[in-house]
Amino acid sequence: MTDMDTQIPQTDAVPAAPSRLQRAWDSDFLYAFRRSPVAMVAMLTVTLMVLAALLSPLIAPHNPFDPATLNLMNGFTPPMTENQFTGQSFFLGTDDQGRDVFSTILYGLRISLFVGFAAVLLAMVLGVTLGLLAGYLGGWTETVIMRAADVQLTFPAILVAMLIFGIAKGITPPEYRNEVAIWVLILAIGLSDWVQFARVVRGATLVEKNREYVQAAKLIGRRPGAIMLRHILPNVLNPVLVIATISLALAIIAEATLSFLGVGAPPTQPSLGTLIRIGQGFLFSGEWWILLFPALTLLTLALSVNLLGDWLRDALNPRLK
Amino acid sequence: MLNGGHRMLAYIIRRVLQSVLVLLIVGLVAFSMFSFIGDPIDNMLGQERTQADVERLRERLGLNQPFPVQYLKFLGEALQGNFGMSYRQGRPVSEILIERAPATLELAFMSGLMALAGGIGLGVFTAIRRNGVSANIIMSASLIGVSLPTFLIGILLIYLFAVELKWLPSFGRGEVVAIGGWTTGFLTESGRKALILPSITLGLYQMTLIMRLVRTEMLEVLRQDYIRFARARGLREKSVNFRHALKNTMVPVITVTGLQLGSIIAFAIITETVFQWPGVGLLFINAVQFVDIPVMAAYLMLISVMFVGINLIVDLLYFAIDPRLRLDQKG
Repeated sequence: MTDMDTQIPQTDAVPAAPSRLQRAWDSDFLYAFRRSPVAMVAMLTVTLMVLAALLSPLIAPHNPFDPATLNLMNGFTPPMTENQFTGQSFFLGTDDQGRDVFSTILYGLRISLFVGFAAVLLAMVLGVTLGLLAGYLGGWTETVIMRAADVQLTFPAILVAMLIFGIAKGITPPEYRNEVAIWVLILAIGLSDWVQFARVVRGATLVEKNREYVQAAKLIGRRPGAIMLRHILPNVLNPVLVIATISLALAIIAEATLSFLGVGAPPTQPSLGTLIRIGQGFLFSGEWWILLFPALTLLTLALSVNLLGDWLRDALNPRLK
Repeated sequence: MLNGGHRMLAYIIRRVLQSVLVLLIVGLVAFSMFSFIGDPIDNMLGQERTQADVERLRERLGLNQPFPVQYLKFLGEALQGNFGMSYRQGRPVSEILIERAPATLELAFMSGLMALAGGIGLGVFTAIRRNGVSANIIMSASLIGVSLPTFLIGILLIYLFAVELKWLPSFGRGEVVAIGGWTTGFLTESGRKALILPSITLGLYQMTLIMRLVRTEMLEVLRQDYIRFARARGLREKSVNFRHALKNTMVPVITVTGLQLGSIIAFAIITETVFQWPGVGLLFINAVQFVDIPVMAAYLMLISVMFVGINLIVDLLYFAIDPRLRLDQKG
């Protein structure tokens, strides 16, 4: 566990000492990273995908959702071949409406990653807050929060997400459903996934709150909110980071699954899951590329994030050092 | 030991009360869905209605009564298996559920069986041949298998066995035979063929889970003294591995399998959608798509009863099997 040095501003480095960058580079954490080719490849893959998603309007050959740039004659062009009518050729082929598959994947990746990150952020904020409160305050606060966690844990997260999606859809007036679908999806996945964070943070908080630095902070009269946020939180962040990474992989898969089932991202804002749903329809007629490339993208993304999470768990576990 | 008996009774009572509380909360969620999402009056009366019609129906449905009274009535109806009418199909939800249940149960049964048999077999194999090439390949494959989303496994299987090889059907249950109220696909060839791909899709994840568990437990057990003594006594390898070692890994395997039963039913939603399998899961996902509240609520309550029931049974079994829990139990 790191101690209180997170509190001290680190601008007072002596010029002769190694720079902060150098110190970070030599840290145990990055040393372990440099020694693990799997982690480096996974990190590189995830970084490239995030960049591709962020820059998709610049990278994509055209905007697949701007009807003006589409030509129906281009429909069903196989990858890397010239279309027989227009003579155009597409890196990963086109779908039934003549949309470039490579472009739809870039835009789909953008939605998948956005939903994934946002859902994990929601789950993390909610779970960490509730976990801190439960661990620090104890009493009935703890009972209520942890019982709720137990109840939710009885059900698979994906089922909880489906239900939340269904309920939220029912509350929204039909004409707005497509517009808010992405946000509903984030809400559904985020709310289905807070339990892990809450449990781990509560456990760590129970340990930390009896340490001397917390006692000291209490003695000098810091308020409970400040103690939780400024003193305990920085010391329980390691496991939170691990869970967040693993949750990201789960959230991306959950999003893809929901969208594939038709209870997620709408066709107007397709995610990777929606693209796979669309592509499945063309499997029998032999247009395999409409399905294969989005599926491979999803697999690569989920596998990379998973591997990164596994590595992170080992690297941050003091018992394995 | 009298004390221990008291404690056990207290534990059981507390655990049962907890389960009932969870079910009441789930019932409240289901009831709130009914009351707050969409107006049931709108759903039942057409466009040409008068205010008097609305009032009369409100009176007849008991919608003018206080919330707790409505909730209790709702619970009473649900206990008798009355979940109202499906908005989409216009038939009683219970009737649709009964019609759809055999498909899901047969699928869950087959995939559970496959997961158990395959998982134990592969688990024992990878534990005995710990350093063998094939065991390592199986372990790596299982890692990829866990990262694969269920629906992609289904699509992959459809592509291989239905589209390319044309051996197996890609959707539906095939021909079914009705025995009383139960429709079964086990008795026809097309029915059995149709079961294969969905069962593999649904059972694969549980199989890898059981395999990894059996492997870990086996490796643990194989290091113990009594195994070494069994070998020293000159017992054959097969007898040591199966009669002595495997037997002692079975308690955790059975509990995990029990807990996974619920997940199999839940994940059947995904498999049933991929294969257009006419079960309860497909019914639920269609209900979510079309906001068919009575079906969603009924499914939620049914599946909660199942989950909570399984959890309760597993917990009580643990308590009965493991004497340490009885002593350590704190008030």
